[in-house]
Amino acid sequence: MSKPKPQKEYEKTGAFHFFRWLSGCKDPYVGEVEMKPQKEEVVPESTILERMNERQMIRDKVYDAENNKGLVIFHRIYVASAILFCIALVGLLLYTVSYLPRTGNPSNPDNNEVAERYIESGLQETGAMNIVSGMILTYRAFDTFGETNVLFIATCCVMILLMVDDSILKKQEEKNDRRFEPKNDAILQGTAFVLCPIIFIFGIYVILNGHLSPGGGFSGGAILGAGLILYVCAFGFKKTQQFFNEHIYKVAKITALCMYGLIGTYFYITGANGIENHIPLGIPGHILSSGIILPINICVGLEVACTMYAFYALFRRGGL
Amino acid sequence: MDLVQNFPAVSILLCLFAGIISSGLKEKAARYVNTVLIATVMFLNACTLGYVLHTGEAFVYVMGKFPAPWGNEIRVGVLECFMALFFCIIMLLSLLGGRKKLADEVEEGKTFLYYVLMNLLLSSLLALVYTNDLFTAYVFVEINTIAACGLIMIRQNGRTIEAAARYMIMSLLGSGMLLMGICMLYDLTGHLLMSNIKEQVAILSASGEYRIPLLVTIALMSVGLAIKSALFPFHAWLPDAYGYSTVSSAAVLSSLVSKGYIFLLIKIIYRVIGFDIFEASKIIDVLFVFGLMGMIFGSLSAIKENDVRRMIAYSSVAQIGYIYMGIGMGTQAGMAASVFHILSHAATKSLLFIAAIGLTDVSGGSRKFIDLTGAAYRNKWAGVTFTVGSLSMVGVPLFSGFISKLLFAQAAVQNNGKMLPALIVLGISTILNAIYFMKTVIRIYTPVEENKYECITFKDMKLYAVTLVCFIVLNVILGVSSQPIVDLIEQGLAMFS
Repeated sequence: MSKPKPQKEYEKTGAFHFFRWLSGCKDPYVGEVEMKPQKEEVVPESTILERMNERQMIRDKVYDAENNKGLVIFHRIYVASAILFCIALVGLLLYTVSYLPRTGNPSNPDNNEVAERYIESGLQETGAMNIVSGMILTYRAFDTFGETNVLFIATCCVMILLMVDDSILKKQEEKNDRRFEPKNDAILQGTAFVLCPIIFIFGIYVILNGHLSPGGGFSGGAILGAGLILYVCAFGFKKTQQFFNEHIYKVAKITALCMYGLIGTYFYITGANGIENHIPLGIPGHILSSGIILPINICVGLEVACTMYAFYALFRRGGL
Repeated sequence: MDLVQNFPAVSILLCLFAGIISSGLKEKAARYVNTVLIATVMFLNACTLGYVLHTGEAFVYVMGKFPAPWGNEIRVGVLECFMALFFCIIMLLSLLGGRKKLADEVEEGKTFLYYVLMNLLLSSLLALVYTNDLFTAYVFVEINTIAACGLIMIRQNGRTIEAAARYMIMSLLGSGMLLMGICMLYDLTGHLLMSNIKEQVAILSASGEYRIPLLVTIALMSVGLAIKSALFPFHAWLPDAYGYSTVSSAAVLSSLVSKGYIFLLIKIIYRVIGFDIFEASKIIDVLFVFGLMGMIFGSLSAIKENDVRRMIAYSSVAQIGYIYMGIGMGTQAGMAASVFHILSHAATKSLLFIAAIGLTDVSGGSRKFIDLTGAAYRNKWAGVTFTVGSLSMVGVPLFSGFISKLLFAQAAVQNNGKMLPALIVLGISTILNAIYFMKTVIRIYTPVEENKYECITFKDMKLYAVTLVCFIVLNVILGVSSQPIVDLIEQGLAMFS
């Protein structure tokens, strides 16, 4: 039998902490972690009522409800006719659908030429095991470039709406980081500490295997973005900005889109002019194969991850 | 393949690149990139136009190594090149005219985003003009819609946010209808490429199969694009969106964005559905009636308006009505008149918006008519330009509006069934136009006893004045030497089919 440790040494071991926690003597998080959420600003009921009255008053004033009985009636008719219009539209569309070719009939649509070629020779022509990737990134690469730019322009519009000045951002830094949540929530941080790397690795896997298995830039990028958002939630903006701030966001976004654009331009112009392009297709099934799909997937993934994170950050505090 | 044939695709890609790069630049650099870009694209499209006129036939350009129907494709004909060139000119002039004002209207740190949106808007307009693939068209319609929303709300006050929200809801409804139409067409024909769909649609309509889905598809696409281009009953978003946004945005939105959708509709009529099948469907009469109603009700709303910019915006509703009336006539002549009116309205409406801002600026920023009294004496250049624009809108010879009205009247005469309503409404609408535009012109030339506001001379606004002169010249060119342009349009429309 081993000699029992002196009390002082025993108190340093994990077993002591564990049993102490088990018996409920001391909670290790007390004093270390904010247990209570931030005090929410309590709005008294009277203010809420006042605001509601104000709104009603403004509405009455704008429409002059007392003198304009006609307008009130018009509003009712307007709502009713809107509902009727929607029902009519739905009815019309359902009626049309019943006349469309039946699903599952092998001969419809009457012309299967396009889909046939995608399925039958997609593998040889694009080198991608995943036909969907091959289709959207090789056959219809121009559309997908447009689609990526839709994401880009959407971020620009959100920036116009929600971006606030740097000075305001600095002033509210502390408040933005917690926003009614306990700061440095240990449970959240512990989970994020374990989960974030796994999410990032999985996202990168989905992006890199976009041409081999289901997935690709759009879905992988969304996973990466979700991982980033989890990290921000757990550790706050200050820590995130050490590796992902506005400057890096801009560089990553512009590089990704420009790379996509350059690869695309090279592909379109050589293809259209009948010049052989020097992007090898490789052996289908290998990780380095299928020509332009892999690099484009990486670019799209970066762009989508940036967009997701930017949306979250802009909506939460009005800056990156 | 000749080098020139690459130019249309390169110009679309250049616009996208410029938009991407501008998002990392400061305001001044972004502005510089934008101006250089528009000039470059203008040059490229002018070269292509020369090339197509020289060879005399349209060509297709495969985006990538896979030929249609598997890959993406753009198609370049005379009309497409001409439209692209014209859009570039209008955009450049609108931006130059509103440049000085932009600093007051947009928050300082966000001006570079304005140019990002403009670059992407130009790319989407070019793609809408050139595309030969319905789905590519849809993708760039999306870019166009979002960019237009951004351009409305970048001047941040309550009214623009509301206007942008309204615009977005209506525009998304239109996009949704267009998308449903495209889906149904794909279901029926198995293609997304315009020329292949047209073949299949011709077969389907000859055999009488799927008659109802085809009709609904045509209706959905036409109505969807009509909502997006503010045809009469769907115009509720328009006055606020054009009336309160920044002046360049208003000019660009009214003269380019809505016109891009109309051009897409014309393209769908000719290259997807087929002109004869579209004419045989009753949808064309609906467009005709809506167009006529728009011509009258738009003008009536404009007469009631007491805000000069909203008045010009309502005038757009009437002018869009003219265009749809021409489409609704169902003849080649009507279509040619519509295309000419797209050009003439684009040139005139942007001119009016830019001139109006000069007038309101010397009236203490107020847009009320009472404050505008005598504004033309305080800013002589803007006054003259506004008068030119008004005369053109009313349809006075020498200016572009006259030619388009003449073409509409000629087209109406050739069409037996629709001659009478078209001519009567054309007459009424012209009188209504004259009422509200001449009212404004008389108002701005009424001398005032004591001058509350200070005058502006050429020295204070060199760039602005030069832009106004360019606009006047463009308008007079369209009005005086219209025959070659009409020939060009007819040649282009013939190339469509």
